[in-house]
Amino acid sequence: MIATYTRRELMVVAAAREIRDGEIVFVGMRLPLLGFGLAKATHAPDAVGLFENGVIRDRPAEAFIYTMGDPPNIAGAVACLGLNDVMSLLQQGRVDVGFIGGAEIDPLGNLNTTRTSGSGSLVRLPGSGGGGDIASLAGRTVLIMEHEPRRFRERVDYITSPGHFPGRRRGGPATLITTLGVFDLSSGRVRAVTLHPGVTPEQVRQATGFPLAIDEGIDATAPPSTDELAYIRKADPDGFWTGDTMKAG
Amino acid sequence: MAFDQLIAAGNVAKVIAAWVGNVAGGSGYGFRRAYEQGVPRRIVMEDHSNFTVGLALKAAAMGLPYLPTFTGIGGDIVRGHPHIRPVDDPFGGPSLLAVAAVKPDVAIVHVQRADVQGNAHLWGNLGLTVEAAYAARRTIVTCEEIVPEAVIRSDPNRTVIPGFLVTAVVEEPGGALPSSVQGYWRRDFEPFLRYHRDSRTLDGFQAWLREWVLDLPDRQAYLRHMGDAAAERLRVRDRRLAAAANFAP
Repeated sequence: MIATYTRRELMVVAAAREIRDGEIVFVGMRLPLLGFGLAKATHAPDAVGLFENGVIRDRPAEAFIYTMGDPPNIAGAVACLGLNDVMSLLQQGRVDVGFIGGAEIDPLGNLNTTRTSGSGSLVRLPGSGGGGDIASLAGRTVLIMEHEPRRFRERVDYITSPGHFPGRRRGGPATLITTLGVFDLSSGRVRAVTLHPGVTPEQVRQATGFPLAIDEGIDATAPPSTDELAYIRKADPDGFWTGDTMKAG
Repeated sequence: MAFDQLIAAGNVAKVIAAWVGNVAGGSGYGFRRAYEQGVPRRIVMEDHSNFTVGLALKAAAMGLPYLPTFTGIGGDIVRGHPHIRPVDDPFGGPSLLAVAAVKPDVAIVHVQRADVQGNAHLWGNLGLTVEAAYAARRTIVTCEEIVPEAVIRSDPNRTVIPGFLVTAVVEEPGGALPSSVQGYWRRDFEPFLRYHRDSRTLDGFQAWLREWVLDLPDRQAYLRHMGDAAAERLRVRDRRLAAAANFAP
């Protein structure tokens, strides 16, 4: 018997499944933060997390946190360094996988979090943060997005975090996790892998602003196990990050 | 959020940053109004990624005109950027990007404790605090406590800013609120949500500015306005002390 769960809880589980045991992970905020903790608690106990503010942890934060700089993410850390230290490790090639959120994406996995005129008028977004660095320098990246037609565009207005391009030194987008499904980008272009339970291929096509091939018999994303849900609800007891009303990315 | 507040108040002509927003909700509405509509004044935006900001400050801290990096290649941040340009590796490796030094006129950094000379102890995530203090023409240290010189000298490895770099040292408990200070203050998340809500309109921002900045003559007034209950909830009373390090000669 599987308990009911929110789409964001399923996205956290999907994010956790992207982390392999023993990997060095560049952890983002929000859902990836919970995904890292979940992976540690389940299949990847030896994963190590780097945070762009300089924190290195091999255990989840000791209590609920809003940001990576909150005290429970510092206490019990492996090390507390500076931004340039962890970015240097990223540039060296020491980071296996990094997580990035985006406001807009194109079929090559280019992410825009800088500015867009996609809905007619100019909208300024917060900017790169560490996203552009993770996209450039991690061994592979996992992208996390709201799945809406205005966000899935044939071409993004601004490439904040580069996707696949000729001459890329290393890495590039490997997986895209959305509110509707899980997609593979490792071949250089987005391809559906699983759709979340109850989501139809037609629904995904309508929510995607570029042509997307989806097999009619495509598998459903495996739902969270009871253990996975128990972990998430302990780490996010009020559903601050994983309630269905919160916006990701 | 601090950037957004300065921009919304009309105090900023140019922003050099990787991310301007609010950790509670993403968008910084003051930044958006200025960038999109020139309200209350037009701003010039120089976009960076976290790492290029870190390298720009590090270069200045090292007394160099620039530092080379691989981050950003293939993205739009570095395309036509006035202070990031392609550079050849003189040793024949792949080409890089040169990030020009940024030398701030003044850096204001908050630490846990310092002596009257400005020798500063800081612990927890360091972010870009040290680079900023080294790079700036003038550095102002604000601290939770001014302590006797002997306290600072008991642990010289924790002195991340030597006093001769410091123009002024200010004892200002709660000076980083609503952000956290390890061992002193928890994050006060409510002001981030409140600011996000209030700053959505220019009128809302003006009311916020009056209540939380203009009508409060100093930090002590801010703490009183927050209320004793809130201040008590945020104060860290627990102790988890680091093991002593033996510096005996």
